Order: sequence, then C-alpha cells, then structure tokens
Amino acid sequence: MRGNAATHDLVAPGELGAVLELLAAEPGVWTPIAGGTELMVAFAAGRLTAPKLVNLWGIPDLRTIQVTPQSVAIGAAATFLDLRRHAVIASDFPLLAKAASWIGSVANQGRATLGGNLVNGSPAADSSPALLAYDAEIEFISVRGRRRVPYSEFHTAYKCNGLAPDELLYAIHLPRRFAHHKQYLRKVGTRRAMAIAKVALGATALVENGAIREIRLGAASLAPFPMRLLQTEAALLGQTVTPDTIQSARRALLAEMKPIDDIRSTAEYRKRVAANLLDEFLLQLRHEGSQP
Amino acid sequence: MNKGKRTTPSERCPAISFKVNGETRIVKAPPMKRLLDVLREDLHLTGTKEGCGEGECGSCSVRMNGELVNSCLVPVLQVEGADIQTVEGLTLHGELHPLQKAFLEHGGAQCGICTPGMLMAAAQLLEQNPHPGIVQIREALAGNLCRCTGFIRIFEAVAAAIASDDGRPATGPNTEQTRHAQEQTHHAR
Repeated sequence: MRGNAATHDLVAPGELGAVLELLAAEPGVWTPIAGGTELMVAFAAGRLTAPKLVNLWGIPDLRTIQVTPQSVAIGAAATFLDLRRHAVIASDFPLLAKAASWIGSVANQGRATLGGNLVNGSPAADSSPALLAYDAEIEFISVRGRRRVPYSEFHTAYKCNGLAPDELLYAIHLPRRFAHHKQYLRKVGTRRAMAIAKVALGATALVENGAIREIRLGAASLAPFPMRLLQTEAALLGQTVTPDTIQSARRALLAEMKPIDDIRSTAEYRKRVAANLLDEFLLQLRHEGSQP
Repeated sequence: MNKGKRTTPSERCPAISFKVNGETRIVKAPPMKRLLDVLREDLHLTGTKEGCGEGECGSCSVRMNGELVNSCLVPVLQVEGADIQTVEGLTLHGELHPLQKAFLEHGGAQCGICTPGMLMAAAQLLEQNPHPGIVQIREALAGNLCRCTGFIRIFEAVAAAIASDDGRPATGPNTEQTRHAQEQTHHAR
C-alpha cells in the first residue's frame, strides 16, 4: 500500500530550541526527520508508522562542522556531501570521507545526514566502522541539557540506541590524533555504487617500537548493530604483528562476531570476508608500520 | 497539534511558498506530500518522473538550492523558501540546454523515463565541475538508472555536451582513460 500524506503530520518549529521544547512537551510522540532518505522511503511504501514528524532539515545549529586544534565536532544533520567537501575531514579523517562517498548516490549524499545514519541504526551503516575506528563520541541534546557518550556504546540492540525520547543527536566529536596511525576501511558489497555492505571493517592502529600501542577496529554487518571488536583488539594490543598474532586475532574475531544469514549474504561468507579484511589490514600494518 | 479534537493531519494543508525554475509558487498541500507529487499534480510540471519511489533510480532528480535531490524523498514542507530547478527549467529562452541537445544527438534517450533525472544529475555535475572526466561523469550519474538505452550512450552524450560547450575535446568513451575507468567502475552497475 502506498503512503498517504494525509495520514501523517509534519511540523517545522524552526529553531533548535523550539524543536527541543516540542520533544520535551510530548516525549516519544514526534519523530525527527532531516534528509528523509530513510523515513520517506518507508513513507512511500506505506511502512511509516510515525504519525507525527518534526523537521530538522535547515536548522543551522545542527549542520555546522566546528574545528578546533584538538577535535572536530560534526553537527548531526551535516550531510555526507558536507563531509566529502570539508578539508579537515579529508585531511584528518580520510576514512570518514571515504565512507561518505559510499552513501547511495550524489542525490542521497546531499540529503542523508551523519546523525540520521547513526540514529537509523542499521547494522550495515556505512559511516559506523570509520567512527568506531576514530573513537568518536556523540553528544545528545534536550531541554535538560547536553551529554556525551562514546559512540561504541550508542547502539544497544538491533535498531535500538541510548537516546531518551526527548533527546536529539546533536553532534559527533572526533579527536584529531590519528595522523600517525595506520588507517584502513574496506566495504564488501554486491557492486560499487548504491550497495549495502555485506561486511565492512574500519581500523586505526599505532605501532611503536614494533609493537601495537593502540588499535581500534569497527565493523558493520557482523552483529545486530555496528560494533567495535574489543576482543580482537585485545588479542593484538601490545603485540608485534607476526603470522602467529594474525592467527590469534583471526580466532578472536571469529569468536566475537555474530553474523547472520540474510537477503544480502550468509553468515559463513561474512566470517570469511571479515577475517580476510582483518588479515589485509594487519599485513599492511606489518609491512608498512603505522604511517598512514 | 490537533489537541482536543479528533482530527486527522490531512486537515492541515499549510501554504508553502518556494521558487520553481525562478518563479515563486505557493501551494497548499499536506506537509508530508512528496515534492515529486507537488510538482506533477499541483504544479503540472510532469517532466519530473517517478521511477522507484525510494531514492534508488534517480528518475525524479531535481535541484534544490543548488544540490541534486530525489524529489520523491523530499516532504514538501522542507522546500519552504527553497529554490527548485526541474528539467523544465533547463531550457533557456526556449533553447534546449547543451545537455538536452547532446542527449538527442547521441541517442542518450530511449523511452525517456530516466532522461529528465539524467539531465538534472548531469547539469548538477557540470555546475560543480565544468570539465569532468569519464570517472566523474560515471560517479555523478551512478544514482540514475536506465533500463533501455544503456549507459554508454548517456555518458557519451554528457561528454559531447561538455565538448560542445567549450570547444575542448571531450573525454570520450574510447580513450585510454575511459577503459581504465570502466575497469574501475564496472561494478557500479
């Protein structure tokens, strides 16, 4: 059944403060909509259950990208084109710029927002592996104030997250300290354009005196939500990259991932591909050290 | 909203004002009505086509404040105050846009459903990058699907429009660069 515009309402209170007041007055009643690349698809198909929506598109406070010497704060409603065009994202967070280029098409990238990608909570979200690898923090806002949580703790179950009913995702914070890290991001999908990931792996690592001093691994489509691979990281931290450590990391990865069979791939294929991606990253790390 | 009485949201049809192809238009429509439907049904601008209705095919591409969007994914309330360009706005003083001429001359259109979206995506590309190579042309059109003429003639038409516009030789589909690009992007389809 097609969606019917007459059965849904959409309001545009304007400024961010007015949106937050509305969410506080009727928590859980209003569904925020920004670029609409998820919700309008559901709407057109008659699958949008939310009867009341509140507009976030065009609120400047939510779309700014603020740069300080220490960090970059990306407004939750910054689009993937905004990210692709930003000089500091390109220089300091190339994995995020790369992930932004994977989002749908140019028309999708100009509307789809980073915050929307996270709140939507797809296990296959393109931006998530990079954000996990960069140790992102996310900031929530409501009339009660603001709070920050590590992005790695944001998703709590399939399509569930830590946002309270009166809160919005406000910003994504990235620390600018990965210039000397080896950085890696690869997505395996059916085709290059417009494809959803079967598996994706993002990674950053710092090697000092031959040993892995820091490592972060973020994965898509290996669990019910984008996940940081903490067990695999633990198997590698402090180690020298040798065939033996690669093997033990591979075992840790296979033990902690929880892939499923679905329309896009099988659990078995996802296991093999994820292990191969990890291999590829670790071999690069072994041969090239941690200079990016 | 609508507190205290049993109303359906459909009773709310705010007047929404925006520019279409340079002209200010005011429509009264449910705020969630898709820009695509407003263009076709309220404004009778039927050049913009519906293909998939889910942002995958690009047939409904229009430009909104200088960016390419799928009009099937834009609720009309979000275009309040915006500047929209549709395929009808590509012609200038009754003269076809160089892209339109090139699509005609190079067989870039067959059934025509994808063509308005292809033209708008190509126009967006040329606005951002007046001298794109074949890699950029392919990326810019990656969100626009054609199910009859195939993509090569469309890419050729865009390349020809660039050549006709500035007199420079286009990066045509038979060059070394093109073959390399085809290897790079053949999964794109």
